[in-house]
Amino acid sequence: MHMSHIDTIIKKIEENQRIDSIEALDLYRKLDLLTLGSLANQKRFLFHPEKVVTYVVDRNINYTNICVSGCRFCAFYRSVEKGYILSKQELGEKIQETIDLGGTQILLQGGMHPDLEIDFYVDMLTSIKEGFDIHIHGFSPPEIDFIAKRSHLSVAKTISILKKAGLDSIPGGGAEILDDDVRQRVSPNKCLSKEWLEVMRQAHLQGMRSSATMMFGHLEQDFHIIAHLEKIRALQDETRGFTAFIPWTFQPGNTKINVKKKTSVDYLKVLAVSRIFLDNIDNVQASWVTQGDKIGQTALFFGANDMGSTMIEENVVASAGVNFMLPEPELKRLITTAGFEPRQRDCFYDFL
Amino acid sequence: MKISFLDERLESIYSKVKQGSRLSKEDGMCIYETPDLIGLGHIANHVRCNLHGNKAFYVYNQHLNYTNICKNRCRFCAYAKDDGEKGSYVWSMAEIEKRLMERIDEPVAELHIVGGLNENLNFDYFIDLLKTVKRIRPKASIKAFTCVEIDYLSNLSGLSLEETVRQLKAAGLDMMPGGGAEVLNTRVHDALFPKKIGHDRWFEIVRTVHKAGIKTNATMLYGHIETLEERVDHLISLRELQDETHGFSAFIPLAFHSQNTQLSHLPPTTAMDDLKNVAAARLMLDNFSHIKAYWVMIGESLAQVALNFGADDLDGTIIEERITHTAGAKSAKGLTQDQMEGMIRSAGFEPVQRDSFYNPVLN
Repeated sequence: MHMSHIDTIIKKIEENQRIDSIEALDLYRKLDLLTLGSLANQKRFLFHPEKVVTYVVDRNINYTNICVSGCRFCAFYRSVEKGYILSKQELGEKIQETIDLGGTQILLQGGMHPDLEIDFYVDMLTSIKEGFDIHIHGFSPPEIDFIAKRSHLSVAKTISILKKAGLDSIPGGGAEILDDDVRQRVSPNKCLSKEWLEVMRQAHLQGMRSSATMMFGHLEQDFHIIAHLEKIRALQDETRGFTAFIPWTFQPGNTKINVKKKTSVDYLKVLAVSRIFLDNIDNVQASWVTQGDKIGQTALFFGANDMGSTMIEENVVASAGVNFMLPEPELKRLITTAGFEPRQRDCFYDFL
Repeated sequence: MKISFLDERLESIYSKVKQGSRLSKEDGMCIYETPDLIGLGHIANHVRCNLHGNKAFYVYNQHLNYTNICKNRCRFCAYAKDDGEKGSYVWSMAEIEKRLMERIDEPVAELHIVGGLNENLNFDYFIDLLKTVKRIRPKASIKAFTCVEIDYLSNLSGLSLEETVRQLKAAGLDMMPGGGAEVLNTRVHDALFPKKIGHDRWFEIVRTVHKAGIKTNATMLYGHIETLEERVDHLISLRELQDETHGFSAFIPLAFHSQNTQLSHLPPTTAMDDLKNVAAARLMLDNFSHIKAYWVMIGESLAQVALNFGADDLDGTIIEERITHTAGAKSAKGLTQDQMEGMIRSAGFEPVQRDSFYNPVLN
């Protein structure tokens, strides 16, 4: 029997064979939402046969909003004159509150502050670890790359210093779209794709785990999305250091990029293609922060096995005018009513 | 097309659907109980695409809620006020005219008119209302008054049901919306909306209206105290009535919003439930042409997804939705035509701007 090109790709996926980026692009362009969902769902259950959806209780702490990156998609950053740096006391209060609410980690990210060098970060990490027993998931690759350059250190050395001071794992933020033409148009001063990947490579080589993300729906084309996935998958083949992949959509409110917001169907398709294509990454996270509770729940049928964080505090997406709140009981209700058992996890996706 | 189901109970439903056999009450229960949301979506989408292909409909419409004063005071309602209560209102003909004139340059094809049971209004008010709207918007259809209002108008006028409907039709009534059905069940009726007409009277009115040549929609308000079985029974009774009259145009599942109601302790409906209600409607109501995903209630994002789960219609652009927003809806109050068409296209469908009777409107 003659099989169409798409059928051949579907068969490959069902037989758990790897698909290449041309095939992934074909799927994204030609396949209907539900068939993509079915395939992603099958893959999800191969990785996680149990009907469990995980989540983490944590808080996003932005130690500074001062940033010289000048990303055109960002509504959060301020200049040196107008921004803030959190004091140790403010940091401590936020962390204590997190622990009191059952939190196990903080997502510690800032801007790229032009006047801070490695000593500041070492001091911040050390003082957190002295005061609290909490996992620090901190500093996205653009920050680490920036700190390294500011401090005249290699990326590897910077990571080893931060690790020694208390950094436990690295969030995958700042990846945006790993294509330099797109990057230079949306975030002109941020590290290039290969620098982003190099930070992750070095971190993984030093035994540190990280997540990977993708922000789409700004100035990229669909093939850039697939190319991004390809780069993540290739690095994962090399290092096995990524714990999870988290795609989300650009929120155009209050930013300098004037595009139509990606729709929920666009999001679910990209999520599904990510789950199918990234055959070497265990976890795929739903982004209720950008999609809202309803599409966040729907995402559990399109490849996501994790609901991300309860986000006791979130500032960056909120400053673009999107403000979804999801307290832990509500997050658990969404998971349960979708037919899954909710399990709180740590940063390494182990159940607590 | 071959579908791989995670829930094998869906296999038999799919084969029934492919053969065109009617689904049973047990099938209806299975639809609501299955954990296989994507599998269910595939079956509903199969039916939806057989009926409407790649088309997804919407209407350019305007809502007019002529009064919020209502003597029924249903426990699930955040919109109604008592006469004299702060925030209560009734629109005069001048006010109605003003609201229509404000948007007279827009291509409004349908006026959706519903209101409370206001004891200060007489039957002439309603005749005037219809005539005023027709005078100002002669080309638009008037979709007005739920069965609950029709029952009330018949009492007000002292006329028979048939004569009431005849006079309303003569004054300009083209079609009726499906609201006020809530859940067609005595237990739910007595607990939540005891002063509203019961389901026997609801059916009687629908029969009369359909017989008079007026099409209506049908709805179900879900996500409060109703059981899954009560939902399935509701759908089956609508299906039976449709066999008899063929007067229903679309079915619209309505997701309950609890904020500012007497049931405010209830959590909002989930995406799982919203999508299942769309799929259940598409599969159980085999004699209904259209299933709407009402974006006001389930949100724009999920309504778009629902086009793949059995819905073929996104309702209207609206601009000024009042009732669900009083109960805490977070959706927009209106959508532009561009937004509506963009949503439909990116869901993989071709937008068709329609009139009240699903004829395409050419701009």
